[in-house]
Amino acid sequence: MKQDQYSLSRWMEGGGPEAEIVISSRVRAARNIEGSQFSCLASEQETGTVLDRVSSVTGSSDKFKDFKRLQINELSDLEKQTLVEKHLISPFLAYESSNGAMLMRGDEGVIIMINEEDHLRIQTILPGLRLEEAWKETEKYDDLLESELNYVFDERYGYLTACPTNVGTGLRASVMLHLPALIMTRQINRLLGALSQVGLTVRGLYGEGTEIIGSLLQVSNQVTLGHSEEEIVSNLGSVICQVIEQEQSARQGLLDKKRAELTDKAWRALGTLKYSQIMSSQEAIELISDLRLGYDLGLINGQVDHKLLNELLVLIRPGCLQLLAGRELDHNERNLERPVQIKATLERFQKEKVKPKGNKSNLKDD
Amino acid sequence: MLCQECQANEANIQIIKSVDGKQTEEFLCDQCARQKEELDFSFEPQFSLHKLFSSMLNQNLLGSRESMHVAKTQCSVCGLSFAQFSQIGRLGCRECYNEFDESLKPLLRRIHASSTHTGKIPVRAQRRVKYLRELDQLKEELQVKVQKEEFEEAAQLRDRIRDMEKSLEEEDSRGTDHHQNRTDHDS
Repeated sequence: MKQDQYSLSRWMEGGGPEAEIVISSRVRAARNIEGSQFSCLASEQETGTVLDRVSSVTGSSDKFKDFKRLQINELSDLEKQTLVEKHLISPFLAYESSNGAMLMRGDEGVIIMINEEDHLRIQTILPGLRLEEAWKETEKYDDLLESELNYVFDERYGYLTACPTNVGTGLRASVMLHLPALIMTRQINRLLGALSQVGLTVRGLYGEGTEIIGSLLQVSNQVTLGHSEEEIVSNLGSVICQVIEQEQSARQGLLDKKRAELTDKAWRALGTLKYSQIMSSQEAIELISDLRLGYDLGLINGQVDHKLLNELLVLIRPGCLQLLAGRELDHNERNLERPVQIKATLERFQKEKVKPKGNKSNLKDD
Repeated sequence: MLCQECQANEANIQIIKSVDGKQTEEFLCDQCARQKEELDFSFEPQFSLHKLFSSMLNQNLLGSRESMHVAKTQCSVCGLSFAQFSQIGRLGCRECYNEFDESLKPLLRRIHASSTHTGKIPVRAQRRVKYLRELDQLKEELQVKVQKEEFEEAAQLRDRIRDMEKSLEEEDSRGTDHHQNRTDHDS
């Protein structure tokens, strides 16, 4: 089970276009099924019906044979937490849903949440800047489900969703960005203002209401009604391309003026991650960010790669940490366990580099 | 709050009338609102020449411009009140979008780029959407015919619109629970 739950998700593999700035791209579509009230008012019987209907479609189709079905109430608290920490499911599905369930493709790149705030949330998460591809993938599964299910659709307002902020296309496209240079050079606030003016929402690493830590932020479309899916995705994409340009020029500026300092910062981050004995998740995230910047600027070649950095970003979180440790840990114990897991993961990476043809399962518990 | 007319039932309809710029407000129950025929203005009007004429009469002969908004305070299908919605930010069912339309429209306009969906249409809904768009077009033609006083053709159009609306309702009532509710409203 441990092994099963702490598998690498597709987005964590790293790579993809603009990977040195864009960590992942995500597109999700919200859908409801005719005949049941929306989730917040639906009785347990109704959410049960929704689950049965979706399961009967996916269970009988070849197209879904790659998918694993997990029932939320059959998962342990730690397993739920881990799925949230890997950004695979929403906190709502994990903690507030009735008859909540998920269908997850083998590579964890496509997830269909059932009985979330809306009956269905179909999402694709890919590494790098690949919004179009993520939308196409989401649409593929949307079409498959729609061929068997009656979606709640209105001629005027499009796909009807529980929250009016999602109505229309029901589409939320977002990217996770790493923008350390814009933050260091204090250009970030101007950028945030500009983004909100063009109808985009910016949030911290862990979603709604979280502040920016580790120079990581999520940018997503706010408008879902009045633009087509393709427009939403390409609008976001083109704004992100401009953000990337700005971050790149800020990085170049830093590199020209402060190369030695940045190199020092990255190596110190690596050293601290490797040899600390006590570490909070906040500190870890900031250090991983310094390390990522150093790697992306070519200042610490061979020490890390994107896959490792993404993996670290996930495993330092409370749920994953406890899952890896195999037991429940309180706050202080987690701060002790965190450096242990980080060190083990860094050492494994080094070992695998020495044996290049080594097997892929660098996540196996020792 | 009790209905201001019968003082017996719970009021679930708020009627804001503005006549020549003067606003009046009334809280009524379904039945009383229906009796007062206020509701006829609110939902998809049943097309008849009679009504077209009467609205033209109102506008042209009496010179008074009457507009009316009916803001529902509770969804008659799922029971969610607008106050509850304001608190939880979630609607209860598809009908909430119809029932709270007057209040939702400005909200949607503020959040989004417009208030009309221009994106993907699910294959299953495409036939219905086409049908409804055709129906809208015929209604517009009807207006034109009436204005041109081509009453014979207008009557033909009216009959066609009625037939189309009837078959739509029949199709709906064969569908799911929700559609049954929807038909109840429209009738």
